[in-house]
Amino acid sequence: MSEAVKTILEIDRVHRAFGGILALNDVGFQVSQGEIKAIIGPNGAGKTTLFNVISGVIPATSGRIVFEGRTIEHLKPHVIASLGISRTFQTSLVFNNMSVLENVMVGRHPRSRRGMLHVSFKTPQARSEEWEIAEKAKEKLAFVGIHDSLDSPPGSLPFALHKRVEVARALATEPKLLFLDEPAAGLNIRETEEMANLIRKIRDIGITILLVEHDMSLVMDISDEVIVLDRGAKIAEGPPREIQRNKQVIDVYLGESEEQSASDR
Amino acid sequence: MTLASQILQYILSGINIGSIYGLVAIGFNIIYNTTGIINLAQGEFVMLGGMIMVSLHVGAHIPMLPAFFLTVILVAAVGGLFERLAIHPLKNPTVLILIIITVAGSILMKGIAMFIWGKETFQLPHFSGEEPILFFGASLLPQTLWILGITAGIVLLLGLFFRYTLTGKAMRACAANRTAAQLVGIDVRKMVFLSFALSAAIGAAAGIVITPIALMDYDRGAMLALKGFGAAVLGGLGNSGGAVVAGFMIGILECLGAGFISSGYKDAIALFVLLIVLFVRPSGIFGSAETARLKDF
Amino acid sequence: MGRWNRVSLVVLAGVAGAMPFLLGTDSYYISVLVMAGIRSIVAIGLSLLMGYAGQISLGHGALFGLGAYSSGLLTTLHPQSGWLAGILPLSPWTALVVAAVMTAAIAYAIGTPCLRLRGHYLAMATLAFGEIVVIFFVAMVDLTGGPSGFGGIPDLPYVGSFPAWLIDPEGGYNLFVYRDTHYYFLVWIVVILTLIFSLNLIHSRVGRALRSIHGSELAASTMGVNTAKYKVQVFVLSAIFASVAGSLYAHFVTFVSPTACELKYSILLLTMVAVGGMANVWGAVLGAVLLTLLPEYLRAFEDYDVLVYGGILIGILMFMPQGLLVGCIQLIGKIKPVRKTTG
Repeated sequence: MSEAVKTILEIDRVHRAFGGILALNDVGFQVSQGEIKAIIGPNGAGKTTLFNVISGVIPATSGRIVFEGRTIEHLKPHVIASLGISRTFQTSLVFNNMSVLENVMVGRHPRSRRGMLHVSFKTPQARSEEWEIAEKAKEKLAFVGIHDSLDSPPGSLPFALHKRVEVARALATEPKLLFLDEPAAGLNIRETEEMANLIRKIRDIGITILLVEHDMSLVMDISDEVIVLDRGAKIAEGPPREIQRNKQVIDVYLGESEEQSASDR
Repeated sequence: MTLASQILQYILSGINIGSIYGLVAIGFNIIYNTTGIINLAQGEFVMLGGMIMVSLHVGAHIPMLPAFFLTVILVAAVGGLFERLAIHPLKNPTVLILIIITVAGSILMKGIAMFIWGKETFQLPHFSGEEPILFFGASLLPQTLWILGITAGIVLLLGLFFRYTLTGKAMRACAANRTAAQLVGIDVRKMVFLSFALSAAIGAAAGIVITPIALMDYDRGAMLALKGFGAAVLGGLGNSGGAVVAGFMIGILECLGAGFISSGYKDAIALFVLLIVLFVRPSGIFGSAETARLKDF
Repeated sequence: MGRWNRVSLVVLAGVAGAMPFLLGTDSYYISVLVMAGIRSIVAIGLSLLMGYAGQISLGHGALFGLGAYSSGLLTTLHPQSGWLAGILPLSPWTALVVAAVMTAAIAYAIGTPCLRLRGHYLAMATLAFGEIVVIFFVAMVDLTGGPSGFGGIPDLPYVGSFPAWLIDPEGGYNLFVYRDTHYYFLVWIVVILTLIFSLNLIHSRVGRALRSIHGSELAASTMGVNTAKYKVQVFVLSAIFASVAGSLYAHFVTFVSPTACELKYSILLLTMVAVGGMANVWGAVLGAVLLTLLPEYLRAFEDYDVLVYGGILIGILMFMPQGLLVGCIQLIGKIKPVRKTTG
């Protein structure tokens, strides 16, 4: 292929300290457009903190984050979302006070604009935008495989579908870059495979994906590149097979399981 | 009176009422430290302390010292009862529900107080006479010394309690990590109950010592709670030393303002301070900005 | 806005319209229902803020008072000199709009820093704001008459004029002779308009944004919702509702005093919303009507209404935390106890 691969996201020497604890220590990497990049590491390595920093939820203590050529490390989360970064959450932050469809319709927020005056007086512009929002939301739900129960509360869906509501919601924002925080958590083998297919499907429509995962089979299966974090620092980066053989990575994971079996005795 | 002694006079008045704000703030801190709840009914405990003492000492002619302790115990019982009836039964309450419940509790207590004592204002005799002591050109009431002494005594005793007794340490453990405290066998529900009772007791003591100077009526609670909360936030929520200092600051500011600017707006001064602290530096003077941001409200 | 809401609006319009005829147009209860309607308007705004956006305000009594005092002053002040001499007094309808704008500006100014706070901090900040407003009203005796307030506020002139045969007690329906009845219809028309506005808002992009803030402020912000902006917006909107209600009150009662806007009133409003059901504008109206009618039956407990409110609040929160409306519907068994998603 002769096309130059574009860097969509650049993390440069990012630090994040909480008092005396360095949750992110000089983390730096690049994400190329259209790739699926996974971030792995033992518990507490700083993976979710990294997501939180990039999406603007917490500020970096120092460092630069560049998205599509624009520095974003000082921007508020909703601005970053409208620029094209969206995400799901480890603890599944679906809105339980609205239906499945309404959840995904919230995702259309950055791509719609009618304000209080228009919507309260039900102007024609507001009405047509509302129809469009509902249509696009149904489209995204269909894309992730949810066709029924659109008006039910998200809690009424089976767990595997429940997780997809958040994905549909994130997709509704028309992101260019999507963060998935532990998409396979709580899923069985078959559901994990379905999730892997969904992630590939998302990549195929042009969205770059950054994912945090503990499920190694999923990571090795779909990632183009893997980054390993340990205690806030990046210790390895490369294609999945290379990471599997990386001694330092093995030590870090084995070391953890060694400690666990030592304390089990 | 020279300007200097006038200022001193205002400062002395400020210290009086400031001690009360400090004690209310300490009451907030105790409950907050143990449970994470802000008890908006805190001011009513002060009011009840004053009112019950009046009934016992002036009404029933019980001598001062036993009446003091009896009042404190009774109000502590009210605090504990409030916790059992209104807080304890709640399962996983949201912040909104907690706020509304404590507000409801405060207006209930106020309503009951109005039922029992009516709308009149009451006074207590000064503990050791009303003969003012000359102090650098200003007159110092003996009651002020009582207020300062009792405040200092409470702060000291609390410090010892939280640092050296098992119960006190248990309460601190609940504040730090409720689950961990439960896991090591601390009865968290009992600690919550105790924190309310203790806060109520301290509030009562504050109410008793201030009534000789500032009088007391059924309606005082809300304003005291607001200003006491201001002192708690200014001093750093959870920091009792800071609470007392902040209380003094607010009290003095209030009296200086009332003296030099206008007395109609006196109450607004403390409230402005509260708003400014909340807007600019909610962690207060002595609190840590970092941990304040992490506090889960 | 959904079929149920439309039906309910028609039913409400019907019931409200029929009430004066059922009660007798000179009935004392008409004036009680006027007050209920006025409070409903504030309660609806408060419900949008608390129930849908999930914020809290213990200072809405002050916003109501700002509307009342502003309207009262703007229509009674007669400065003999100065730049306001030719402008004041304003006509009541103009004053209502000006008062609403002024209150909205104050709400914006105080709301922007306040709504950055959460939970207890926000509650205390709004409480402090409310108290400060009352202190100023009482202290500015020359302007406001201090603790006793001031009177002489003119009536609201009616939009358009009624034909003579309508107002002639001999020749027409005596309905229109009674002042209370005029105000009754005006206020309840405003209530219905407010409901329509609010229901449209709730079932819209903006309404979903507000509800998402309540659902999870973190997730909402990462979905592009500017949480700070929306929180202030809904606060200002609820302030406008409160101000309009306050203006209507001032003209109806023809005098204002600080008791209309003190803390007790803010708590009463809170109780109305909590009793009716927080995430439910219909519940707000129900709560407002109930808690305005209740004291009428508790005449004997004149001063103890505060006590009763406290008891009711605690009772509702413990046994029917979703409010009377949802609680009763659950009791009838028609809806499962899962949080219904439409409002």
